[in-house]
Amino acid sequence: MIQEKIVSKRFGKVNPLSIDSYIKYDGYQGLQKAVTMHPSQVIDEIEKSRIRGRGGAGFPAHIKVRALANASGTKYIVCNADEGEPGNFKDRMLMENDPHSIIEGIAIVAYATGATKGYIYIRGEYQNAIKIIRATIQAAEEKGFLGKNILDKGFDFKLEVRSGAGSYVVGEEFSMIESIEGKPGRSRTKPPFPTDKGIHDRPTLINNVETFANFPHIILVGGEEFTKVGTQSSTGTKLISLSGNVKNKGLYEVPFGTSIRDVIFQLGKGVKNNRPIKMVQLGGASGPIIPEYMLDMSIDFDRFENFDSKTGTGAIIVMDDRFDLFDILLIDMKFFVHQSCGKCAPCREGHIQIVNLLNKFKSRRATEKDLMSLENLAHVIQQTSLCGLGQTSMTAIISSLRYFRDDYFARVRY
Amino acid sequence: MLLNEILSKYPKEEEYLIEILLEYQTSKQNHYISPEDVTRISKHFDIPESQVCSVISFYTLLSMTPKGRYVVQVCHDVPCFVNDTTSIYDKLVEVLGVQDGETTPDNLFTLEITECLGCCNEAPAMRINDQVFTALTPAKVEKIIEDLRGEVK
Repeated sequence: MIQEKIVSKRFGKVNPLSIDSYIKYDGYQGLQKAVTMHPSQVIDEIEKSRIRGRGGAGFPAHIKVRALANASGTKYIVCNADEGEPGNFKDRMLMENDPHSIIEGIAIVAYATGATKGYIYIRGEYQNAIKIIRATIQAAEEKGFLGKNILDKGFDFKLEVRSGAGSYVVGEEFSMIESIEGKPGRSRTKPPFPTDKGIHDRPTLINNVETFANFPHIILVGGEEFTKVGTQSSTGTKLISLSGNVKNKGLYEVPFGTSIRDVIFQLGKGVKNNRPIKMVQLGGASGPIIPEYMLDMSIDFDRFENFDSKTGTGAIIVMDDRFDLFDILLIDMKFFVHQSCGKCAPCREGHIQIVNLLNKFKSRRATEKDLMSLENLAHVIQQTSLCGLGQTSMTAIISSLRYFRDDYFARVRY
Repeated sequence: MLLNEILSKYPKEEEYLIEILLEYQTSKQNHYISPEDVTRISKHFDIPESQVCSVISFYTLLSMTPKGRYVVQVCHDVPCFVNDTTSIYDKLVEVLGVQDGETTPDNLFTLEITECLGCCNEAPAMRINDQVFTALTPAKVEKIIEDLRGEVK
């Protein structure tokens, strides 16, 4: 079996709207075990698991958790469910199919850090998930897994749903903090990092939905055991959102180290009408575009780091030979023009110029100088943008300049 | 629901501004926040009107221009594009008689091209108000619009 189910093990087996059905299937066992341990031991287990954030960047989760635990006074936990990256639907599926596992993971981190208030920020387009999570929080409060004096252990934690309003950049940590404060989601300069100064300038921990959903399992089986799945640098499993021109689009969970080719051909059953693959985009609009011959690459944070991107979200978008690279790049780049918050010039102005240049390639009016400008500008945007949006948005351009250079040359007018 | 009712549901703290705007806009048949609404909201929180406007203009789900009773949002990102969302959009243009960003003269439908709806596993997808429709074909789209028109009559 190529799939290994940890966070999706209850999909289709529990009723997402029934807390009793979740409890029957090991539900809240991780939290029950956590509260018998010292908070620092809980963080030790997370550290031993070597789990890295599932939102894309792959930052070691225990560092942020420990930083929050060490802070004093009011502190916050945020679950980032603002899944706006095109090609991703794993967080939606988690919220719709096993919402209590996310709540349990958040409660474990609340116990470990002493945070008393938390938010789960769900994108506004996910109305169904918002309804489910609201009901889930209420059910968990009624059973004493959230709210006052949780499990009679004398700790309080209040969790609230916040709805997004159609902004992609809010998926970035500081933009999300601004949005939770009721403001336009424009990022802040780092440092200080959110674990020092986040919501209302208080220490704030932000993790992705899938990261939280892993914590109950880690506490239940122990950090050591968790590392037995996956690779040395990337432990555990990854939810993969597989889309595009494959026969079986859908959500799959595989151990880290699985090859992209196996996901596409064994789980996705290959390309519709058996057409050849022209390109595959990893992670979403901000991810690299790679050719068919690179598909043996394994799903692993260290491999993805070569692309300086948020590839770690686990999206795989397959495109067959009917599609033109420049159509795809234009869709991605127009997306960023629209989604830039406008605070910093490289991102606000840069994306507009990238679209202008790509239009020249699309209509075969580009010159060699345009090719140089495109390459230079892409690196300027990547290196000088304030936040994660502009720092990763050029990945598709930079990777395609590397792997599909002939497509560019074919459009240059000499 | 009336604006006052919604305002009184939430604590009088600015951090609830986006929640309030979303809830109020959803409750209105023409899905927008009017200049009068902005004045009332800014007085309620004792903040400048410009602050309320800056929030509305930043978030794409919030609007200061009236929309149709049904806001039809078609996804046009890569996973839907490679599953032929263009034919879905073209069909909508044909049956509604409007383009991206426009509202039908009877104020029933507004057509919009939107960002990824997170339904790439069932692409192509669109959203009408809070309901998501997936695995679309031009014929299916025609039927959905026809049904909505029938509901209103």
